[in-house]
Amino acid sequence: MQSYSRTAAATAILSLAIGAIGATAVRAQEPFIVVQSTTSTEQSGLFKHILPMFKQKTGIDVRVVAVGTGQALKNAERGDGDVVLVHAKAAEEKFVADGFGVKRLEVMYNDFVLVGPASDPASIDGGKDITAALTKIAGAKAPFASRGDDSGTHKAELDLWKPTGVDVKAASGDWYRSTGSGMGPTLNAAAGMGAYALADRGTWLAFKNRGPLKIVVEGDRKLFNQYGVMLVNPARHPHVKVKEGQAFIDWLTGPEGQSAIRSMKIEGEQLFFPNAPVADLKKAG
Amino acid sequence: MLDALDQGRQGGGTRARVGRPPMFPVEAQGITVRSDGRLLLDDVSLALTHGPRTVVMGPNGAGKSLLLRVLHGLVAPDAGTVNFAGRAADAAVVRRQAMVFQKPTLLRRSARANIKYVLGGLDRAARTAAADSILAAARLSHVADSPARRLSGGEQQRLAIARALALDPDILLLDEPCANLDPASTLAVEEMIDSARDGGAKIVLVTHDIGQARRLADDVVFLSGGRLAEHTPADRFFAAPCSAAAADFLAGRIHIPGGHDRR
Amino acid sequence: MVDLGSIIGLALGLVASGDTELYAIILLSLRVTLTAVLIGCLIGLPLGAALAVLRFPGRGAAVAVLNSFMGLPPVVVGLVVYLMLSRSGPLGVLGLLYTPTAMIVAQAILVTPLIAALARQSIADLHGEYDELFRSLRLGPARQIATLLWDGRYSLTTAALAGFGRAIAEVGAVIIVGGNIEHVTRVMTTTIALETSKGDLPLALALGMILVAISIGVNAMVLSLNRTAQRLAHA
Repeated sequence: MQSYSRTAAATAILSLAIGAIGATAVRAQEPFIVVQSTTSTEQSGLFKHILPMFKQKTGIDVRVVAVGTGQALKNAERGDGDVVLVHAKAAEEKFVADGFGVKRLEVMYNDFVLVGPASDPASIDGGKDITAALTKIAGAKAPFASRGDDSGTHKAELDLWKPTGVDVKAASGDWYRSTGSGMGPTLNAAAGMGAYALADRGTWLAFKNRGPLKIVVEGDRKLFNQYGVMLVNPARHPHVKVKEGQAFIDWLTGPEGQSAIRSMKIEGEQLFFPNAPVADLKKAG
Repeated sequence: MLDALDQGRQGGGTRARVGRPPMFPVEAQGITVRSDGRLLLDDVSLALTHGPRTVVMGPNGAGKSLLLRVLHGLVAPDAGTVNFAGRAADAAVVRRQAMVFQKPTLLRRSARANIKYVLGGLDRAARTAAADSILAAARLSHVADSPARRLSGGEQQRLAIARALALDPDILLLDEPCANLDPASTLAVEEMIDSARDGGAKIVLVTHDIGQARRLADDVVFLSGGRLAEHTPADRFFAAPCSAAAADFLAGRIHIPGGHDRR
Repeated sequence: MVDLGSIIGLALGLVASGDTELYAIILLSLRVTLTAVLIGCLIGLPLGAALAVLRFPGRGAAVAVLNSFMGLPPVVVGLVVYLMLSRSGPLGVLGLLYTPTAMIVAQAILVTPLIAALARQSIADLHGEYDELFRSLRLGPARQIATLLWDGRYSLTTAALAGFGRAIAEVGAVIIVGGNIEHVTRVMTTTIALETSKGDLPLALALGMILVAISIGVNAMVLSLNRTAQRLAHA
């Protein structure tokens, strides 16, 4: 009797294990690609908006891994992805030059905004000059929350500090606070401590826990934020799904994808502005 | 084999022990056990033959339980040897012994499962049948399906003895099996010991219950302070013990080594 | 803005709405974690029992290592599994990264030491009781371990539940090896992390509440099954 229950238990355990593995195997059957991308595209809701359209057309499932641009490129270098969609032009060009990516195509842009507490301790609200605003923040030693995670936004922020001559590294831990986390957590932290922060507009628009934060500086040309897409180089990683990956890139930079991007809005505000070369050509023609 | 086992359990007389290794005499030679510089057993030598029920007696701390464990091979002595029919214990000899502890160690299973646990080499149905007949002989059929550890103290000890008997031992070692039992349970245990003897098992029983020793002993090994004070046939032991230590013990006096003359 | 009543209301609303996406996420969480705990038990219980029973040189060190592995940081485990399963890693050819299987592997590594360490403790206590009997019966280590695991099974569920608690609650490992991919590897904890990132704290909290409720439910279910089984075993 005891042995019967033991057999039953063993059978149950075995079938559970087989069931779990089996279910995983079945899932792996449908065609899919892995896209290494950024938190800004995921958290703003862009992928949720456009991917169903792509899937309906091609039947290809796009699995998005949303991390910082730096990590997305690193993951792709290791071969853990078929396509990369990120926003750090210099790093992307290096990625392609080093042979990890096939070709970089521009897809869309939006812009960065400088957000800060309504109390505005650095008195920069309403400014148009990001360099001047950052200089003032440093002068007032007003708290500034940085991503600090080697993401596209982080790289852009560091580039924006350069002309100010401020050594943010030296100020780290003082008024400059490196959160080492994604856009959302950094905004959460900034809201919590009344700090300024650089954010991409898409994430900011979709962000719900704004607290005292509002946009203080926007519209500077330096705040331009370009997104690029690349196929991971199959010469280096033979398992890369070239056909499906290229289909996604073609769709994204083609008229359908571009108009899908254009149609993505939050509270009536357009989040991303398509500017793929093909679309430009069409517009021109 | 099963028939022989059943017969044994039901007290059906001495079994023929065919094809089994010779076990007797059991000879302990110069057994010495030390712990933290203290001599727990000091050069104990004795020989046990198959027939008589041997009762090991002595005051607390005399080394009775330890001697039993050395005979059973649970404790390796610091010096000395234990031989069975002139040979050191091997796997075959060891398998022919069973031991019952003062506090019955029962598995967290039913009474029947505790018996089945030690029955090997049979198919499941045969094991259940064998276990049931062993339980019946121990008058434990009514609790066969009860968790062993929820039985009364007396039932637990009877179950432990029944499980030891299920091993069909040539030597049954019992370490104060009745220390915590009431008189009725003690009698029931003694009946089981007797029927095991009738079944052909050599009994080696540790006790400090003089009444029990009188009822069961054919010969008495008396230990005092880790030394063998005497090994005497029971009738002579109880009539006139050879050693002062045993005389003090039987008279209910605390024995002070070397102090007997003063009395 | 974040008051408890509205959070509970939100949580109940989410559950009542029958949102298939939410249920798919819950089911995936349970599937991943239960499978990981199962693997953790299959390895951890015999391992813990062996450490309780066997005497060998270095045993003390092995126990110390095992005990300290109870506190393995999930991110570190996630990272190591990521490096193993990455296409450039030694097991890259399997293509398991960013799949539920990868998450199961990571969580199994996370819970196995915990289950083994807790099992070792409870088996060691039982072994103390049984030791003389085992030695008297001259049982080999395999039979001893089997006996202890079987007789100790009701107290060993505590170890399994501890493993479940650790796995169902962790986010660090699954987010690295799973990638938090929608409809594929998104589980309760990574969803909560994502909603927190989006600043939707009420939704994140409501999901957290559902997760805690699931955890309580699983614990209650296992414990009552345990009690029933214990009763039936002695019926």
